[in-house]
Amino acid sequence: MEFSGYQRNDGRVGIRNLVLVCAVVECVEGIARKIAERVKSAVAVTHHYSCLHLGNEQVVNTMVGIAENPNSAGVVLIGMGCEALRPEIFSERLSGSGKPLEILSCREMGGTARTIDKGIEIARNMEDDNRALEREPFPLDRLVVAVKCGGSDATSGLAANASLGVAVDHLIRAGSPVVFTEPIEAIGGEEELYRRAANEEVRTRIERVISNEENYWKMSGARMEFMCKGNIDGGLSSIEEKALGALHKTGSAPIVGVLENSARKCERPTVSGIYFQDGTHLEAQAVTNLAAAGAQILVFTTGVGAALEGLITPTIRVCGNPTSFAQMKADMDINAGTIIEGRESIEEVGSRIFREIIEVASGKKTKLEGLVPGVFDIYRPDPRLDSLAGISRRL
Amino acid sequence: MKIAIIMDPKDNVATLLSDVDKDDVVQARLGEKSTEEQVNEPIRFGHKFALSRIGKGENVVKYGEIIGRATQDIDKGYHVHVHNVESLRGRGDQR
Repeated sequence: MEFSGYQRNDGRVGIRNLVLVCAVVECVEGIARKIAERVKSAVAVTHHYSCLHLGNEQVVNTMVGIAENPNSAGVVLIGMGCEALRPEIFSERLSGSGKPLEILSCREMGGTARTIDKGIEIARNMEDDNRALEREPFPLDRLVVAVKCGGSDATSGLAANASLGVAVDHLIRAGSPVVFTEPIEAIGGEEELYRRAANEEVRTRIERVISNEENYWKMSGARMEFMCKGNIDGGLSSIEEKALGALHKTGSAPIVGVLENSARKCERPTVSGIYFQDGTHLEAQAVTNLAAAGAQILVFTTGVGAALEGLITPTIRVCGNPTSFAQMKADMDINAGTIIEGRESIEEVGSRIFREIIEVASGKKTKLEGLVPGVFDIYRPDPRLDSLAGISRRL
Repeated sequence: MKIAIIMDPKDNVATLLSDVDKDDVVQARLGEKSTEEQVNEPIRFGHKFALSRIGKGENVVKYGEIIGRATQDIDKGYHVHVHNVESLRGRGDQR
């Protein structure tokens, strides 16, 4: 089984040719957005951790992971010229990727208007060069697939996540690494994860991630709501129930690794198998973390019909609730509500999802791709809270 | 007949695949097997009912795992949800 993608200079394989316009500091965010608006294949990558924040290593790690993602076929780094996180901090880390890379300083350019004009010119040139790139066939071990659920209801464990689990089993057999995250949604589902840990070290790391997360939200003053209105209306009664349904999307294969995602490093999958990434359940930030770990494509399951698209990861939305699907048909790529209606089996829908993953990886547009800019946000746990809660992110 | 799904033989709740009214009898499926169960109050699609009496303080089990604890006695056939189940995890209020 193969997909067709674009070979990058670092040996990785992209499924899209995006030009990433990265604002390294928030005061140039508007410039990055203006440039991205004017260049078809460009996306604005921005963050809001400014110069005076303490401990911005995780921000750098995530931004570098995003810029190195194989869907990126060119990077424009934009700075103001006076920031603490200078563009060079990123460009030094990115030089090994062999990607086209340019740096623009607003001060050196003589202000915002000129920086926008120059940025558009650079991004358009990169886009023109990318037109010459051609897709080639690659085995599935070069495709890193991220799985995430959002807007879960009682159908999630029965339909969308269950069928995605079948697709994930197909992917693992074909050699793909598959990554899931959301430590909070493992609370109550540990036993299954422990059973599936490939070895003792993985088990210990899973344990650490989950206990860190639980400690983080049990701190005095924390008032965490694990469940949104849609979850409860949809029939889910507790985080444990939500977690057990959520884990179905990871199929049945052994968990071969836990990916550290911290100020120290942003780890990537190295072999085929299921990986559990440390991070967050917050939607945009989780999707960003998954892309920073190198995922080229995202499969997003939902019960209530949430329409999420990643900024640099084309996203296949799978909806398991027939009523939600009927309402949100225009945005949903896969109808898994047929399982609830008794019209299709979990295995049949799982095979459809697997085929869709290959098609989208090979260039088929998803329902929302290009329609709206996808979500992007950087997650950075507060090192002071980590310290107070006695949490070490070193896994 | 309306359908409910039992995820694991250890479960004491079943998940409804359609809205039900008081006194409806549903087919509760566990894999290939099924039983007929009476539901004693109106319950919505996707929500759970008790397959047996769950006493206050007893565990609620779905997927073969504990998903919470009953905060009051729940009789067979009644709705099991946030009004009578509490989570046992991530409870900052119970340190």
